[in-house]
Amino acid sequence: MSERIREKLNILADAAKYDVSCSSSGGNRKNDNKGLGDSHSSGICHTYTEDGRCVSLLKILLTNHCIFDCAYCVSRKSNDIERAAFTVEEVVSLTMNFYRRNYIEGLFLSSGIFKNADFTMERLLKVVKKLRLEERFNGYIHLKTIPGASEELIREAGMYADRMSINLEMPTESGLKLLAPDKSHQDVIKPLGDVNRQIIQFKEERKLIKSVPKFVPAGQSTQMVIGATPETDKDIMHTADTFYRNFSLKRVYYSGYVPISNDNRLPVLGSQPPLIRENRLYQTDWLMRFYGFHVNELLNDANPHLDIDIDPKLSWALRNMQCFPVDINVAAYKVILRVPGIGVGSAKKIVQARKFGKLRIDQLQKIGVAYNRAKHFIKCADSPYQMKDFQGTQIKSFILSESKSKYIKTPVNQLILF
Amino acid sequence: MYIYIFDSSLEGLLCAVFEWFERKPGKVSLQTAATYQPDAFTPSLHIYNDDKKADRVWKALQSRLSKEWTRRFYCAYLSELTEAYTALFEFSCYLFSSAEGVEKNYGNTHVLTLSQIARKVEREKHRMEAFIRFQHTADGIFYCGIDPDFNVIPLIMNHFKNRYADQQWIIYDIKRNYGLFYDLEKVEEIKIDFGTARTAVAVSKHVLSADEELYALLWKDYFRSANIPARKNTRLHVQHVPKRYWKYLTEKQL
Repeated sequence: MSERIREKLNILADAAKYDVSCSSSGGNRKNDNKGLGDSHSSGICHTYTEDGRCVSLLKILLTNHCIFDCAYCVSRKSNDIERAAFTVEEVVSLTMNFYRRNYIEGLFLSSGIFKNADFTMERLLKVVKKLRLEERFNGYIHLKTIPGASEELIREAGMYADRMSINLEMPTESGLKLLAPDKSHQDVIKPLGDVNRQIIQFKEERKLIKSVPKFVPAGQSTQMVIGATPETDKDIMHTADTFYRNFSLKRVYYSGYVPISNDNRLPVLGSQPPLIRENRLYQTDWLMRFYGFHVNELLNDANPHLDIDIDPKLSWALRNMQCFPVDINVAAYKVILRVPGIGVGSAKKIVQARKFGKLRIDQLQKIGVAYNRAKHFIKCADSPYQMKDFQGTQIKSFILSESKSKYIKTPVNQLILF
Repeated sequence: MYIYIFDSSLEGLLCAVFEWFERKPGKVSLQTAATYQPDAFTPSLHIYNDDKKADRVWKALQSRLSKEWTRRFYCAYLSELTEAYTALFEFSCYLFSSAEGVEKNYGNTHVLTLSQIARKVEREKHRMEAFIRFQHTADGIFYCGIDPDFNVIPLIMNHFKNRYADQQWIIYDIKRNYGLFYDLEKVEEIKIDFGTARTAVAVSKHVLSADEELYALLWKDYFRSANIPARKNTRLHVQHVPKRYWKYLTEKQL
């Protein structure tokens, strides 16, 4: 018995690991029935894998049997791998027992499509219903919406799940058509829109009637695979921006493609996943969501790609030197936030602290500003007077020469001879 | 210059603030009784704890500070660092002798130190919430021993109480020799006499429940399967899970 469950867990956790999302934030379920579990508003990462990704949820597939044949997916029909399927009871007891030992924040349940969409969705629904109703589980549940499942099923699932997500898979329709001819973006857009409408509707009703149940309180997210098809960074981020705006998504995840097949439409086996590019995309995503940047400022027809050697905020600043230097002691919060080397935390501190006197360099350093980077873009009480007006390219070379990238400059595949 | 000696309790610290305003001695160096070294040229004053005085200062702090800042103050106290005591003392003196709202003056070293230390404590608290791994013992209690850098047990109590409302658990601070026990109704502070045996983070195998080993094994399997070897990034891994916490983590035990 225990051998079989180990085997299943290995197969189905392995197949689920390419789903990036592992956040457990945004849930607000309270443990008011003396059951198990209570949400933590900012989420908790209980451990990190050796590749540095957070493990917060028990992320598994219900089964890796699938009727689709998407070239980028390990569980595709034509792939010769071991197949397995959990029973409802097995998933429930794994979740409960892991949660009791404080291993996880909750469950991330996805599935390959077996038979048809409704059949699969029904099974997923059974698991979450059993957890919530029979086991009184109040932990976090992230559920995959199965594209093509009936609206009633999705609606019911939304009553029990904290977050729901559907993956866009490829940033553009043409990319998706190339690798997964049976799928289209429309399949994703419809359920995303349905769930979003219902989230809004439930929220409105809750304002009037307190007892209206929660519906997907932690919102929706989606994921795109990058580096499998030749889209530019601009295509990717503009798609992300559209989805953020139209479906009020909580997150868009970017997953660097890890080669898993010999398909000639895809990067060859053994090539490095595009980790730096993925990191730059996330940085851009953050700039859009928390720093008040519009996607067009960062990526446009003149700059369709992000710089690999510097972060997108710095590269925006270097392109827009007319906005600098910013006087830290008078500039608005939003303007300070745009200075490279100043984050949300330091910007807030600066705005509060400057009411008590003009800030000096040493104070900025203590507050947590990356001064060596920021000094090219700011003025404060004791900034040295400077006659020379440096060009963006000069500043870039100053910053690059004194900073050490956490990424190795030469690709790992290349051997170093001397 | 004066040396104030207090017993490193919160009450003592607040009384020191009270005494300072009563005596106005100018510059003061605050030291704990445990680490106090007499100085031939500096007079010293032992702070005697007085509930009334401490209460007055605490009430005044609460009326001046927002909830968020009161928590920061308390968190910084729980760090048990000498520099935190000094920062708290100086911060209180600065707060009471200046205009409204000066706690936001991050240009002031004491304000900044206090908020930075509070942040460290909150981080440690969050790590404990993340890295505690309960072991199910044969008598049905979920046990975990910890030795956090700061005294975070008071901060994590509510989190675990709300979360594990239907199971008995013990979280024990091995370093400070006290812990919490939840008996399905309320949380109690407990002291366990381990005798001469050195207390460990994990309990020994023979007192574990029947299926504890299976779930520990399944969790280790899961941890291994969730890794993508092509993306290996040890630096990032260690940054998120510093090595000093590995002893707690079931998945890191061989």
